[in-house]
Amino acid sequence: MVQPATALDAATPGPVIAARNLDLTFATNDGPVHALRDVNLTIDKGEFVSFIGPSGCGKTTLLRVIAALEHPTGGTITVNGMTPDAARIQRAYGYVFQAAGLYPWRSIEKNIKLPLEIMGFDRAEQDRRVRDVLALVDLEGFGKKFPWQLSGGMQQRASIARALAFDADILLMDEPFGALDEIVRDHLNEQLLTLWARTGKTIGFVTHSIPEAVYLSTKIVVMSPRPGRITDIIESDLPRARPLDIRDTPEFLAIAHRVREGLRAGHAYED
Amino acid sequence: MSAALTDGPARASWALTGLMRGVLPVLSVLMAIIAIWYGASMMMNRAWTLDQMQRQNIDMTPIEIIAAAMTQERPVLPAPHQVAAEIWNTTIGEPIMRERRGQMQGNPRNLIFHAYHTLWPTILGFAIGGFLGVLLAVGIVHSRAMDMSVMPWAIASQTIPILAIAPIIVVVVSNLPALNAAVDQGWISDDTKLLVPKALISSYLSFFPVVVGMVAGLRSPQASDLDLMRTYSASRSQTFWKLRLPAAVPFLFTSLKVSIAAALVGTIVAELPTGARFGLGARLLTGSYYGQTIQIWSALFMAAICAAALVMILGALERVVLKRMGARA
Ligand SMILES: Nc1ncnc2c1ncn2[C@@H]1O[C@H](COP(=O)(O)OP(=O)(O)O)[C@@H](O)[C@H]1O
Ligand SMILES: [Mg+2]
Repeated sequence: MVQPATALDAATPGPVIAARNLDLTFATNDGPVHALRDVNLTIDKGEFVSFIGPSGCGKTTLLRVIAALEHPTGGTITVNGMTPDAARIQRAYGYVFQAAGLYPWRSIEKNIKLPLEIMGFDRAEQDRRVRDVLALVDLEGFGKKFPWQLSGGMQQRASIARALAFDADILLMDEPFGALDEIVRDHLNEQLLTLWARTGKTIGFVTHSIPEAVYLSTKIVVMSPRPGRITDIIESDLPRARPLDIRDTPEFLAIAHRVREGLRAGHAYED
Repeated sequence: MSAALTDGPARASWALTGLMRGVLPVLSVLMAIIAIWYGASMMMNRAWTLDQMQRQNIDMTPIEIIAAAMTQERPVLPAPHQVAAEIWNTTIGEPIMRERRGQMQGNPRNLIFHAYHTLWPTILGFAIGGFLGVLLAVGIVHSRAMDMSVMPWAIASQTIPILAIAPIIVVVVSNLPALNAAVDQGWISDDTKLLVPKALISSYLSFFPVVVGMVAGLRSPQASDLDLMRTYSASRSQTFWKLRLPAAVPFLFTSLKVSIAAALVGTIVAELPTGARFGLGARLLTGSYYGQTIQIWSALFMAAICAAALVMILGALERVVLKRMGARA
């Protein structure tokens, strides 16, 4: 498993995601909506990148462009050095939607098997992977339950397990914990960091919350609306091992301050 | 302690109230219907009784008039107990099979025998119609051309009165060379041959609700459910089997229940112009030839009982399937 990955890295150095002058305009009944303007961004392997900004600033759209769910109207973007569509066919990423989006007629186990069935893993391998990812998100013993029998936080963890099951190198998450209360959210954030440290995945994470962005990220992309654009990119120098109380340190607060400034600047620009 | 003491009776009376709440409305509606029915039957049959009284020049007390109006042999509107007695006599009171020319055969005096002759074409027609309906819906959802072309025709087909085209279908189908050849070869019996046009007309009525329900069901997944499939680069057939079809199952059952009732109506209508000797439709027809209103009404009730039974079977199947698909109990 490790050997081919290293070989691939050697063959394709350079960033995992690279966007140059990206533009996206939606044609709507009320005229064009400029969702992304002149987005330039580089994400390297193993980074944890948060996208933060007020709603409507194009965070979801940018994530969907990376996932080839939307196609830009201008500029270029590559994922693993190829087009997002090609990368998707190579199972480059797992996507976690804002709502858990588990299929209600499938048990948790069967929901996690969904991508594995589609990608043609054999039965034994499916079972093995389901067991592994359920352990990874701390949901052992819940495989046979149906989604409605789980709390919102557990459902979201199951949805993360589903995105992890086929071992994509990139994990794209669109406000995965947005609907959860703060205590559950803190807990899941800790777990997510542990998982990131253990798997070495590259993570793109959309959020509304400044503390969440600062706590999780190695890089914070600050965005602002109308048209959606990047106003600041902050490289975090916090250590990778982060207990929850790191949020009270001056270093943490300094970064949070800069994020807040970036958001405010984007806002002032508009007025 | 005191809580325990009051708890039992309180709970029992609560359960009783619950029961009453469920049963009382049903019972009172039933009583009201029977009362109105008796009243209507009394009003509609009285004229004939009074007329007879005058002709035979006899005097009757009002009570006798009421009694006579309720016991006519061919009432305009039979009283509930007359229909009930007829149903009893023609089901429990008659053997289902009888001996004829040394062979055991179905007994045409038995209403269950007629129901049987209507139920088989209904189930066959329902199976054909349901299958066709699902097939058309799959086509409509996956092909824009079919969406544009099939749906208008399906709707148009249901605006044609079934009574108008039933005789045409019966004549055409019973003269099909292939069908007649099959009878000549002894592959199918004459009775089976009669079943074919009935089943076809029945499927003609039953495919439509399934098309409409399944199209809605197959289109019911949200954009985000479909996006998830796209992130896996799922093929159209994978998206169909793993998302659209399971999402459509609740819709399917709802439309199947409408569809099977329509199938039964279709079969009964098909029996009218065939001159069929057996079947609930045939029973209705002979009833009206001879002015046997009681027989007509009991055939109608039998049809209603059959429809209710079929819908209930589908309902039970629905509960089992949806439960296995994780529906909340
Ligand atoms: N499919 C679409 N069609 C038209 N407009 C869209 C579509 N998706 C998003 N938009 C618009 O693009 C802008 C950015 O939306 P989005 O990326 O969802 O913002 P965010 O996730 O930051 O809240 C918004 O103005 C939104 O209304
Ligand atoms: Mg969004």
